[in-house]
Amino acid sequence: MISTKTKQTLKAVGAATAVALAMTSGAMADGHGKVKVGLITTLTGGGAALGVDIRDGFLLGVQQAGNDGIEVVVEDDQRKPDIAVQLADKMIQSENVDILTGIVWSNLALAVAPAATAQGKFYISPNAGPAQLAGKGCHKNYFNVAWQNDGPHEAAGAHAKELGFKKPFILAPNYPAGKDALTGFKRMYGGELAGELYTKLGQTDYAAELAQIRAADADGIFFFLPGGMGISFLKQYSDSGIELPVVGPAFSFDQTILGAVGEAAMGIHNTAQWSPDLDNAASKAFVESFKAEYGRIPSIYAQQAFDTANLIASAAAKADVKDMDAFRAALLEADFASTRGDFKFAPNHHPIQDFYVREVIKDGDVYTNKIIGVALEDRQDVYGVDCKM
Amino acid sequence: MTTILLIEQVLNGLQFGVMLFLMAAGLTLIFGVMGLINLAHGSLYMIGAFAAAAVAAWTGNFLLALMASLIVAAIAGAIIELTVIRRLYDRDHLDQVLATFALILIFSEATRWVFGSFPLFLNIPDALKGTIILPGGIEYSLYRLTIILIGLAVAVGLFLLISKTRVGMRIRAGENDREMIGALGVDISVLYTMVFALGAALAGLSGALVGAIQSVEVGMGEPVLILAFVVIVIGGIGSIKGALAGAILVGLTDTLGRTMLPVIFGTFMEASSATTVGSALASMLIYILMAGVLLFKPTGLFGKA
Repeated sequence: MISTKTKQTLKAVGAATAVALAMTSGAMADGHGKVKVGLITTLTGGGAALGVDIRDGFLLGVQQAGNDGIEVVVEDDQRKPDIAVQLADKMIQSENVDILTGIVWSNLALAVAPAATAQGKFYISPNAGPAQLAGKGCHKNYFNVAWQNDGPHEAAGAHAKELGFKKPFILAPNYPAGKDALTGFKRMYGGELAGELYTKLGQTDYAAELAQIRAADADGIFFFLPGGMGISFLKQYSDSGIELPVVGPAFSFDQTILGAVGEAAMGIHNTAQWSPDLDNAASKAFVESFKAEYGRIPSIYAQQAFDTANLIASAAAKADVKDMDAFRAALLEADFASTRGDFKFAPNHHPIQDFYVREVIKDGDVYTNKIIGVALEDRQDVYGVDCKM
Repeated sequence: MTTILLIEQVLNGLQFGVMLFLMAAGLTLIFGVMGLINLAHGSLYMIGAFAAAAVAAWTGNFLLALMASLIVAAIAGAIIELTVIRRLYDRDHLDQVLATFALILIFSEATRWVFGSFPLFLNIPDALKGTIILPGGIEYSLYRLTIILIGLAVAVGLFLLISKTRVGMRIRAGENDREMIGALGVDISVLYTMVFALGAALAGLSGALVGAIQSVEVGMGEPVLILAFVVIVIGGIGSIKGALAGAILVGLTDTLGRTMLPVIFGTFMEASSATTVGSALASMLIYILMAGVLLFKPTGLFGKA
C-alpha cells in the first residue's frame, strides 16, 4: 500500500559532475538548455511493477540519448491521486521541472495533467490516455506517446469481430480507463453482447463475475483488467471450467504479469501497439539493451516510456524547453526512431499508429508475446474532433 | 437470474466470507485479548502468501507451501510481538496504529527487496483443479469448495480451542481481566506471544489460500485488512463468533450485491447506466451495512457493551 518515499535524483549519463556541468554550460551556449523532467509513477504497492517498468524504460531512453542536459527526478505516487497531485505541485513549484511524465493510471493522470498544463508545464503521458484529455479537455502542452485509452480496446473489438464472435461477454474495472475500454471495444466490434460488467477497481475475486459469464450463454470474453486484477481473473477463469475464446488488450497479458499467470494465459490473443518481437531496428536494439540492463524482457509500459524519453530528447536537441512554442513544435514533429516503427502525432497530440494482434507463447521457460497479425492500421482516436487548442 | 446461478453466488459469497473470517479471527482475537489494534495484520497475510509461493516454487508441493505459510507467518508474528508489539500494550490506540503502520511499510519494502516488484507465481495444486458438479447440477470450483471447508474447520477448531482447552480458558480470562490472570500466576507475556502468533498464522494461511487464485504481490494485504476491520466492527470487536457472523454477512452482501444490483437497476434503467449505477452502489454496500449495524447495535452484533 504505502512505502517510503522514493526519491532519486539522477544525472542522465553517469559522468562526473564537473564534466557534466561543463558540458551542460556548453550546450546552453549554443541555445539548447537543460531540461528537467519530473517522473511521477507508481513504485510501491499494487501495480508497482507497471511503474517500475515505466521508470526503467524512461531512464534507459534518457541514458541512450546521450544528452547530459536532461535531468530526471523520480517520485512515487503510491497509486493515489492526492499524492500524485502533491508531488506534481512540489515538482513544479520547488524543483522547477519543465516537463512532467510517468503516470500509469488514468484517474491520476486526470488529476495531474490539467494541473501541470495550467501551471505552464508540459505533461507528456507515457501510458494513461483518458478520453477527456484527447477531446474537449485537450491542451496544447499535453502530449500522449502511448495511445488514447480506447485504442488497444478498439483493436481487440476489431479482432473479436474478425474471429466471428457473435455474443461476447465484456468486463472492465469501474474507473475512467475501464469505461474507455468497453466503449472502445463496442465501437469496433459493433455486434450483440451477452453481458457487460463493471468490476471494482482493485478487485481480486471474480467468482461472482465468472458465475454470471457461465450463465450468460456467451461465445467469447473480452476483459480489461490491468496488473494484479488480470492475474487474479485469469487464474480463476482457467479454474472455472468455462472454455470460451478470450481476447483482450495487452494490459492483461503483459510481460509484467505473464510470469505470475503462467499456463493460464497460453494462446490468448491480445492487442497492442508493440510487441517484443516487433521487427524494426529501434525495437530490436531497445529489447536487447533493456534485457542487458535489467535482465528481463521489457513490457509495453517500458516501451512507451522509452519512446517518451526519446521524444523528449529529440525535442531537446532542436529547441530550448524555456521557449515553449518552439519546444512544442519540436515535440509535435516526433522526430525520433520509435520502437513502434511508424509514429506520428494527430492534431490533438495523440498518436496515429498501428495496433497488432499478439499471441501469448512460451519461449524456453519464459512466457511472452508474439505478433500474429495487424488489427488496425494508422488508427487515430475518435475524440480529436472535439479538441480545440 | 436462475436458481442455479443464485445458489452458485451464495456459495461464492460464503467462500469470500470464510476467507475474511480467517483474517478477521486473528485480528479480533488480538484486539480482544491484548486490546491492540494491529494494522500490520495485512502484512502477515502477505508474508504467508509469499512464503507459500516461494516454497511451492522450490518444492512443487502445495501442502508444504501451506504449512510454510502457517509457520513463517507465526514466526514473523512472534518476532514482531517480542520486539515491537509488546511495548505497545500500555500505550493508547493512536500509538499502536502509528507503530503497526510503520510495520506495514517495513514489511512491504523488505518483501520488495527480497522478491522484487513483480508478482509471484502460485497456482492451485493439480488435485484441486477444475470444477465438480454439486447436487442440483451446480458446477463449482473444487478449490473454492476446499477453501470453504478449510475455513469452517478452522472456525470449529478455534471454537474448541477457546471453549474446551486450558489455553482457551486463559485466553478468555485474559479478555475479561488482564491483571487478574497475571496475579493468578499465569505467565501473561507467553500467552500474549502465543495469541499473536496464532492470529498471524491464520492470516498467513489465508494469504496462501487466496494467493493461489489471486495475485501474490506486495501490498496485497491492505485491501483485505480494511474488509477485515469492517467484519470485526460488524461482528463486535473481540468476539470470534462475531467475526464468523460478520465475515459471512459481509461476504454474502458484497457478492450478491455485486451481481444482483445491476440486474435490479436493469429492470427500470437502460442497460449500461444500470451497470454503472449498480456497480457503484455495490461497492458501497458493505459500508452501508456496517453503518446500519452500528446504528442499531453500536457494539456490533456480538460485542460486549
